[in-house]
Parts: sequence; C-alpha cells; structure tokens
Amino acid sequence: MSAVGKDVPHDSARGHVTGESIYVDDVPPLFGELVVDFVWSPYSKARIVSLDLSEARKLAYVYTHEDLHHNRLGPIVADEPLLVDDGLCTFRGQPIVVVAAETRAAVDAAKRAVRIEFEELKPILTIDDAIAAQSFIGETRYIRRGDAEAAIASAEHVIEGVFFNQGQDHFYLESQAAIVQPGENGAMHVLSSTQHPTEVQEVIAHLLGLQMNQVVVTTKRMGGAFGGKEAQATHPATMAALVSQKTKRPTRIVYDKDTDMHVTGKRHAFQNRYRVGFTRSGEIVGMKVEFFSDGGAYADLSPAVMARAMTHAENSYYIANMDIRGTVCRTNTPPNTAFRGFGGPQGVATMENVVEEIAAFLKKDALDVRRVNCYGVETRNTTPYGEVVPNNTLPRLLTELPERCDYRARVDAVRAFNASSQTQLKGIALSTVKFGISFNTKFLNQANALVNIYLDGSVQVSTGATEMGQGVNTKIAQLVADELHIPYERVTVMITSTEKNNNTSASAASSAADLNGSAAADGARRIRERLDELESRIGKQETWEKLVKAAYHERVSLGERGFYATPRLDWDWTSGQGTPFLYYTMGTACSEVLIDRFTGDLKVLRSDVLMDIGKPINPGIDRGQLVGAFIQGMGWVTTEDLRYDEKGVLLSHSPTTYKIPNINDLPEVFNMDWIDVENPINVGGSKAVGEPPLLMAISIWCAVKNALQFVANGDIARLKLPATNEEILMRLTEYAKRGAAVA
Amino acid sequence: MRYSITINGSAKSVDVAPDMPLLWILRDVLGMTGTKFGCGVGVCGACTVLQNGEAVRSCQIAASDANGKRFTTIEGLSRDASHPCQRAWIAEDVAQCGYCQAGMIMTACALLRDKPNPSDADIDAVMSDLVCRCGTYPRIRKAIHLAAKLGAQK
Repeated sequence: MSAVGKDVPHDSARGHVTGESIYVDDVPPLFGELVVDFVWSPYSKARIVSLDLSEARKLAYVYTHEDLHHNRLGPIVADEPLLVDDGLCTFRGQPIVVVAAETRAAVDAAKRAVRIEFEELKPILTIDDAIAAQSFIGETRYIRRGDAEAAIASAEHVIEGVFFNQGQDHFYLESQAAIVQPGENGAMHVLSSTQHPTEVQEVIAHLLGLQMNQVVVTTKRMGGAFGGKEAQATHPATMAALVSQKTKRPTRIVYDKDTDMHVTGKRHAFQNRYRVGFTRSGEIVGMKVEFFSDGGAYADLSPAVMARAMTHAENSYYIANMDIRGTVCRTNTPPNTAFRGFGGPQGVATMENVVEEIAAFLKKDALDVRRVNCYGVETRNTTPYGEVVPNNTLPRLLTELPERCDYRARVDAVRAFNASSQTQLKGIALSTVKFGISFNTKFLNQANALVNIYLDGSVQVSTGATEMGQGVNTKIAQLVADELHIPYERVTVMITSTEKNNNTSASAASSAADLNGSAAADGARRIRERLDELESRIGKQETWEKLVKAAYHERVSLGERGFYATPRLDWDWTSGQGTPFLYYTMGTACSEVLIDRFTGDLKVLRSDVLMDIGKPINPGIDRGQLVGAFIQGMGWVTTEDLRYDEKGVLLSHSPTTYKIPNINDLPEVFNMDWIDVENPINVGGSKAVGEPPLLMAISIWCAVKNALQFVANGDIARLKLPATNEEILMRLTEYAKRGAAVA
Repeated sequence: MRYSITINGSAKSVDVAPDMPLLWILRDVLGMTGTKFGCGVGVCGACTVLQNGEAVRSCQIAASDANGKRFTTIEGLSRDASHPCQRAWIAEDVAQCGYCQAGMIMTACALLRDKPNPSDADIDAVMSDLVCRCGTYPRIRKAIHLAAKLGAQK
C-alpha cells in the first residue's frame, strides 16, 4: 500500500485546470481594502535634494521611513533599508515612499503627485568598476587545499582566462504579491507569495515594532518563485503591513511584471579569473580561481550564494591543489538574490568551461579530460573543502551516458559535418554536475511539522514548506501516509502558516522535501508508535477509522509535532573546511547544437540527461522538475539577456525584450532519465531534485563553445554566458576576420 | 459605461470604463479569477480566453470591444474537471506552479478546434505564443495529444 515511489498527481492538479487554485491576488477584496504601491528611485545612484509629499497626501495615504520603527532588513546581515532613509538612493527601483488608496487610479495619481528632486550621482554598474573602486560586500573568502601556485608553476601546461556569466531574471509568472489584514491589538495576518513565511514574519515584526507572535504569515502557493521570493517577497509584504498598521485597514500589494523586473534582484552575474595547470593527459594538477559576483547594492543572500559557488568550483573533478577565492562586489543594481542553483551554476559553469578549454588546448575529446579528473569512488574523492563525496556515482554516469547517447560516433559525425558545411556549424559536449544538498548555513537545516489526526481518520499535516509548483506538499502527504499505513488520499497538507510551524527555513536549496518531509514523517511515526502500542493492549482494529476512534476513546494523543535536524553537517569559514552537505545530487548531460554561420542562430538538436536522484518519492513530479529545471537553465545559458543602458536602466524588462524559453526552444530530441540507486541517508531513499538539473543545461553552452572551437583558427574559443545568437555571431565574426587576416 | 458581455454562456452586464481590459472585468468585477494576470502586454499568454472559439488575450481587449461578444474562460470548460483538455492535463500531471496553465489550456482548446489531431509541429506553432516558466512544455505537448484522443475538438 506504499504511496512513496508512486506517481501520485500533484495535489493542486485539479484546481490548476479548473481555475479554482487560489493565488494571492485571487482572494476577493476585503472590506475597506487599500491598494498599496511605492515610488522608487529612478536613478541607480542619486541624492534626494528635496521631498515634497503635500500634494500626494491630499490624494492618498503616504508613508516614508519615518513611519517605521526600524528600517533595516536582510536575510544574512540587516544592511538594507526598506525605504530610503539617509537621502541616498543606491539602486534603481529602491523604494522611497509608500502610497495607498482605495483605487489603483487614486494610487497612480498620488504617485505622480510625489515631488522628489534628485541629484544624480555616478553609479557603479559593473564588476570591473566595483573592483576598481574596491567596492565590496563583506570580506574575500577562501577555500584552499595544497599549493595551487606551486603546482601550476611546475605544470606541463597552463591556461588562464576570464569567465563571464550574465544574471537571469526569475520571471515567475505571478509577480510579487501580498495581502495584509490587521487584527486586534496591533496583530497582523499576512498572505504572502513567499518561499519564506518566517522571514516575512520576522521582518514585519521588527520593522513595525511588533513581537513576532503578533504576526501570522501564510502562504498557500506561489505562481513560480525560483528563489526570487526567498528574500525579496519580504519587501512588498512589509510595505503593505506598514499601511495596515497605520490605517487599521486591509491592504493588498501586487507588482506588475515591468515593475517586478525593474526593482527586484536577479541571479548573480559573475566574472571569474582562473589559472589552471595540467598534464599532457589532461589531468589537472593545480587550479586557482577568483570569483567576483555582482551583489548589487546590499548583501541580501549574496555571501551565501558566493559560498555555494566556491563549494562548487571544482564541480565533479578531483583537484589536489586548489585555491578558491570569492568576493562579492557592491554595485548600484537591485540586490541580487537567490535563483535556483544559488551560485552553484556559476561555479560549475566556470569549471566546465575550464575543462572544455583544456580539451581544446590538448586537442583531446573533452569527455576524456572529464574522465581523467572525475572524483573517484574510494580514492581521490575528497573535495577541496574536506568533505568526502559519499556514494559517488559520477564515474558510472560518465560511463553510461556516453554509451546511451552514442557520444563517440556523434563526435565524429559533428567533425565530419563541420568539415563539409559552409553554412552551418555543429557542436557537442557532455557536462557533469555534483550538487551539494543542504543549506551551507548549518542552522537552517532544521524543520518542524504538525500532524493532526481527526475523528474520522483524516489527517492534516502542516509544515514550513511552501508550494511553488515543485510538488513538495504531495511528497509530504505520501511520506506521512506511509508512516501511518493509510492511503495518501486521507492526508491533506495545509496552507503554510507561521501559526502552525514556527521558525521555519525557506523552501530553498532543493531541501524543502528533505527537511519538511523528514519532520512530517517523524511526527507521523510517533503517532503510529502510540497506535501500535494501543493495538498491542486492546487488540488489532479492523480498520484505520476504528483504530483512530479507539485511540480517541482511550485518550491516546492523535496529534504530534515532528522535528528534523540534518545530521553530520559542519562548516567553518575561517578554515574554509568542513562538511557543508549531507549528500550530492549528481548528473551528466550531453547536448548537440546547430549554429547558422551567417546569423548565429542556435538550435539545440539533442539533449540526453542521466542523473542520480536516488529513489524518487514521486517519480512523475521529479521528472517534471528535471525537465523544467533543464529548460530554465537552457534559458540562462542561451537566450535570456539582461540588457542595461549606460545609466543602469534595465532595458529588457518585459517578455517583449527578455526571452525565456518557449516550446519551440526544446531540444529536438530530449531524453531525461535517472539511474536506479537508493540514497541511504535521506528520507525515502530520495535525493533533492529542485536545482541540480538546471545545471545540466550547461552542456548546451559547452556544445556552443565546442562548435566555435572548429572555427577558432587554433586558438581557444572564448564565449560569454549566455550564448545568445548575438554573442555567437560576434564570436563567429571575430574568428572569420582573424582567419582572413592570417590567410 | 454599461456593457453586456457573455461569459461562459451567461450574459453579464458590467458598468466599467470603456478602456478597462476584459481581464480586469473578469477578475475584479465578476470575481472570476481562474484567468491570470501575467505580463499585461499580451505576450506571456496567461490571460488567454476564447472568443467564439478563438484564443485571445483578455488583457488586450477593452470593455468597449468586448461589448456584445461571447467569451469562454477556464471556469467555463467545466467545474468538475471533466473537459477532455482538463482530463488530459491531470493525466499527464502537466501543471507545476499552475499560474500559466489556464492560458495554456484555453489555447489548446482553440488549437484542437481547428486541428483535431495536431502534430508536434502544429502544437509548437501555436503554443510557442505562450510561456511557462516551470518549463512544462513536453507535458503540454503530450496532454494536447491525449486531449485530441479524448475528443477535445467536439
């Protein structure tokens, strides 16, 4: 009767196809509700010379930082003002004034009536500018093993370069939204489209001068989040809560898409310097990599994103001597934030780029270079930060996938094709990922769950996990059903609420099902133990329903609070050593691309992905995550191009100019599969799947680089990420010109 | 201004500004929130509804243009998820976050009316006008093929 391992449909599947599923802005207007919006800095950096709210106040409720009890927030360090309070605007989109009125029209009129005189200042907009100005957030951090400098100095060959990746907009279809209802004695009830209800609760309480026990934050579901609603859902909810506190009226804030894209942070752009020493067989003997990320104006999650980039810098490869440095740049862009992968993609793409370059330099197949360097199962399996890679399936994946997708023959076919075609160019690459599972910050790796059994035998479960489409609630229901030995249909996972579960971690780091599923299973297990004990006294009951009734009559508790804290973890930044991850989700992907030599137009012909995701709790949901994450990663590495003007104005701030993948962009042949391996250390034998498959799309970028190698006249082809058609065309043009000059 | 618009077979009389988009009429005036607000510029497709069987973007239709016309929304397919497209969508477990799916399903209905047995290319040509950030595209394709088998064109 086990539900775990079955393709149980997503618990919202029916609501999603009838229109019944409720998102924040689908809640009917509450009596007396106010529309909330804000006036934001139109400049990347500017001084406020004067602020005149007299006209606006005639039209609407208007609030500034002076109306807050405190005005600093931030998930790691509280360095960011919710509302500009020192006369200095440090990013375009920074909230200055909160405006509220009965109608959208009145709000818009009031916003226009806010008079602000600015003195525009010169902003820092690029990583280069930030380095030149020594404008950083926090200290440079290090992970070191061996003597990288010496190993590189004595290596047979050395390559060095700079790898640049652009950011990525989350482009959740449901923009940021929250509804606030004021209660008695200053209390607040908040419905927020957030991955992190506890953070919303904590910030609202702190900024409005309340105790946390006066603020209840609930999250039913999000219309996409992808990291963008981990830290940055807090701002709109707090602005609405401020108005509710002042007016004692319900409030609603919903960003429109353009505003959302202008004012919220994105995936971090990185610019990384690397030097790598290797042997003639391609074995890396030493590597030095210096990460610089664009953190934006405030810390947000940037230090943690950098930590994940650094702990993924070597990806799947054993490098005996490695020197990893990470510095977060402070610029005048919206604070960059979590985005599916959380620095992992930037670290892994940097390493995969290096592997491609070593192969190009040695004129070897890149798969051979990957195999030579791949982490071992028994030896050569300790990371630069000292964690032993447990149950390493990478060597197996690197053997199985090339066979399955006929890699060698296709490499030859690509070479033959490129030798014969004057109009088109093909490329092929097989990349890997080893993605650490657990929050890098140890204390976040905990969860609690509430399990209530009712008189009719039905069950409610509440956890801190938030549902954003990833199916976490469905998985939790399956786990609980199995612990109680009942059909999963008897279990409902409730709206996430800080009233039911306190001090929860964000649904992030791919860990929501691991942590909350383990906590829920723990609670259910303890109830089941009590029921088993009861049956041993009064005899086996015919049905679950009779057992529950008997337990009630015998005064056996039918409720439980489960708890889980991830074992083993430890991490120390002073040494850059420890065990930050419980296990790794691993994978390999092979992609083949076709490029038009005259336009740079890119088509993905085929992608094959093979992963180790343990034993899925719900294979159908996990397949959806694998495919969807790959497609999202494909957008990052190919078409999604954040363009800014010289003043830092985002030009690609709507789907008219910002191109996320659509159905036409799918690889023509697209095979997604996993190997049958149980993960002994995690709930249900499963592994986390939310983020790792996004990194498999790096194989597409590597394939483009591989294609360009055919026309690079013996040089190592360089390529920025994303490999947009424009970027590809520029590289093709550069190599054609250089080729002509040589000829 | 007072306008008469037929939604899911039921005549509705609404008193709104002439330039109010049909999307706002549906969501804010009639309380029919199954149709979603995505980009607001007619590109993402989340707000798609049917006008006489054709897929249209409700954020781009002003009240004055909607006057006297007939529209079908996701609520109008069936409340009990019995429409072939709805059944196919559940069977293939298409939706992840679900936010774009009403628009996807309505567009699929219009496609299947024109092409009862579409090829992958037929599907891609039409569905590429919409975006799903969760990347459910392969299952959208499968669901449309399944809906065709279940008789969605009728």
